[in-house]
Amino acid sequence: MHALGRTILYRLVLGLFSILAVSVVVFSALEFLPGDFAASVLGRSATPETVAAFRQELGLDLPPVQRYLAWIGGLLHGDLGTSFAGRAYTPRPVADIVLPRLGNTLFLAAVTAALATPIALFLGLLAALYRNSRFDRLVNALTLSTIAIPEFLVAYLIILVLAVKFPLFYSMSSLSPGMTLAEKLYLVALPVLTLSFVIVAHMMRMTRAAIIGVLSSPYIEMARLKGTRPWHVIFRHALPNALGPIVNVIAFSLAYLVVGVVVIEVVFVYPGIGQTMVDAVRNRDIPVVQACTLIFAVTYITLNLVADIVAIATNPRLLHAR
Amino acid sequence: MTEASKSTSIGNFALSRRTLLIGAASAAAIPMISSRAFAQDAPRKGGIMRVAMGQANTAEALDPGTYSTSLSIAFAFCRGNNLAEYNKNDELVGELAESWEASPDAKVWTFKLRKGVKFHNGKSFVADDVIATFNHHRRADSTSGAKALLADITDVRADGDHVVIFELVNGNADFPNVTAGFHLIILPSDGKGGVDIASGAGTGGYKMTSFDPGVRIELVRNPEYWKENAAHFDGVHLIAVLDAAARNNAVVSGQVDAAERNDTATIGMLSQNSQLTIDETPSAAHNNFAMACTMAPFTDPNIRLAMKYGVDREDILRKTQFGHGYVGNDHPIAKSNKYFNTELAQTAYDPDKARHYLRQAGVESLDVELITSEGAAAGAVQAAELFSSSAAAGGINISVKRVPSDGYYSDVWLKSPFAASDWGGRPTADLAFTVGYAKDAPWNETHWQNPKFNELLVAARTELDEERRRGMYWEMQELCNRDGGAIVLNFQNWISVRTNKVAHDAAVSAQWPLDGYKAFERWWFA
Repeated sequence: MHALGRTILYRLVLGLFSILAVSVVVFSALEFLPGDFAASVLGRSATPETVAAFRQELGLDLPPVQRYLAWIGGLLHGDLGTSFAGRAYTPRPVADIVLPRLGNTLFLAAVTAALATPIALFLGLLAALYRNSRFDRLVNALTLSTIAIPEFLVAYLIILVLAVKFPLFYSMSSLSPGMTLAEKLYLVALPVLTLSFVIVAHMMRMTRAAIIGVLSSPYIEMARLKGTRPWHVIFRHALPNALGPIVNVIAFSLAYLVVGVVVIEVVFVYPGIGQTMVDAVRNRDIPVVQACTLIFAVTYITLNLVADIVAIATNPRLLHAR
Repeated sequence: MTEASKSTSIGNFALSRRTLLIGAASAAAIPMISSRAFAQDAPRKGGIMRVAMGQANTAEALDPGTYSTSLSIAFAFCRGNNLAEYNKNDELVGELAESWEASPDAKVWTFKLRKGVKFHNGKSFVADDVIATFNHHRRADSTSGAKALLADITDVRADGDHVVIFELVNGNADFPNVTAGFHLIILPSDGKGGVDIASGAGTGGYKMTSFDPGVRIELVRNPEYWKENAAHFDGVHLIAVLDAAARNNAVVSGQVDAAERNDTATIGMLSQNSQLTIDETPSAAHNNFAMACTMAPFTDPNIRLAMKYGVDREDILRKTQFGHGYVGNDHPIAKSNKYFNTELAQTAYDPDKARHYLRQAGVESLDVELITSEGAAAGAVQAAELFSSSAAAGGINISVKRVPSDGYYSDVWLKSPFAASDWGGRPTADLAFTVGYAKDAPWNETHWQNPKFNELLVAARTELDEERRRGMYWEMQELCNRDGGAIVLNFQNWISVRTNKVAHDAAVSAQWPLDGYKAFERWWFA
């Protein structure tokens, strides 16, 4: 396990460098955004003096390098900064704006993943085991359709059936303060269902492909020849060797659930982090945009890191690469 | 089924109680009064009013100076009161001010304040609060959205606890209308010349209980509200629902009691739902095609008139707004405005007249380019195409040039000879003309310089005689109609949808959707 520990450490350091690089890219990209917060808030009627005073109040008059270092310095102390919105009278730390929304997004992602991952793996295994059967074709047709249909259309169809025609669930997942877990789970039923349709398809197809790929190898043939039962072949011989790509697509799906569901948030009125970032970009609320982008980057890098490590750990050939 | 039987029994109860109260005096008349009439006459208290709001922005804070979306405007009118307000008939009446009077030049305004009003934090409402509120918005380093509206104020001072005097640098007969703006709800003074913003306190019918800007705002009824027969709901939940389809879904599935700013394309479907009622009021917001009077070929007034006769406004209204609105007459004054010129003839589609005015200008046909964009106004691209096909019959060849939404208002509008635009409603005739038609207005999109018009505009601003003032505004509308460069296509309607449980009086304000966003204190659950 010594080699694995060293690999993890190495990957972690690389991940940190990636995040640092992303922070530089994010900061410079925002520098190039046309228009600035001061001008967009004060409107067209503002005099140049008012705009200048406001920029000074926000610290926008300092040179970019100095602002970047101040931002990174704050981050290392766990301080995401103060939002430009609210300002003098009711200053709002970025953390107060972003973290509750991040919590909501992670809740939605966790519930969806808990539901969708087992179903996807199970369907994928079944499809691989009974490949080219009617069941396999049916599952393939269904999942390919859900990939092909845009997610907002899936969402509207689900709302039409399950909230309007047969009012079993709510069309709007707007969380309010003081809700119990059960109430929350009931409220998010439809977005979870919609997102599940999207990610089950990807994960299931990757599982099926990976398992089928392994099943054609000589050592599986050997296992069959010695009379091992079909399920045993899959779980003991095929699955461990197919785990790398499967974990990769799961990680990718999870990352999508955290960073890519703004459309679903809008359709179901779910207060997630995607809408926060869209609003912040529109308002040029730079500290919030920076925080959101960084959170997204960290999510991607972390999940990829985990997937890589799992892939390496389950495949000795990768661990002792020559 | 159960809903219906419940309301009937409540109606019967009201009838029997009323019968008792009225007694023998008019016993014979009672059977003729339906129980339904009673249910509508007397608003009932109770229930949580949940409303899906169509605009919201997470950058808005508690400070009313930052408000610009419908969520925060509704919030402002729930928690606070202004010096003046528009009532359900759209007349300007006193709210926290009992009355006001102006000096003859309309430069000094004296407001008498209501006594016995308390803020949610227990503080009594006095002149200091008014002064602190107005100074908060107009001070030099203010970033308030109301700053430009208050630029003319030179001094705000108290005369005792219940009189406030405003001094203006230029006379303004509409100054009380300015005080009714949503930014200018009166906040409690902090005793040091500033205002107490962080507490979220106001004098309004509801107190804030949770505040998540851009997402959701919850309020409960203020038991000590000073207005009689107002604020009937136990609480109000304002929920930001930015997607138009999601707002419709929410009200159809009963998760909210009302939704505003519904898409005109879906109103036909919603109106078939027997559980819902649609409220439509004419707004002052409108869509224009602006001809620059300083750029060829629009320097000739005959060319401008030919263009105005070449557009089929009714057809454009039907096809781009699904008929939800009314046609414009090339001036910015809405039907709901008290100075709307009711005797001005409507300019209608007439290709022969278009040809006639082209000949007056000395040309047989005309080639122009109309710049439009999705981001210019809702339906602006379709309207331009329709204009192009209707104008051809009059000898006017319009080539439609479609440009991207991004940067349309900063790079294209005001800089092109002929372009589409979109105007939000202004509450007064003076503002509507001043921002977009006066000779030096920064947004004078047509670059129109009519000396008579500009003279009238300044004179009307300080004219305190209603009759003479109306005459001036009527003449200005006629000048716009016959000489101006703006083709006002159509005014839009404010649209909101409520479930049948929600009731309101026959009249509703058209300042904003939802009874001018006063629905929260005027409407009730039947």
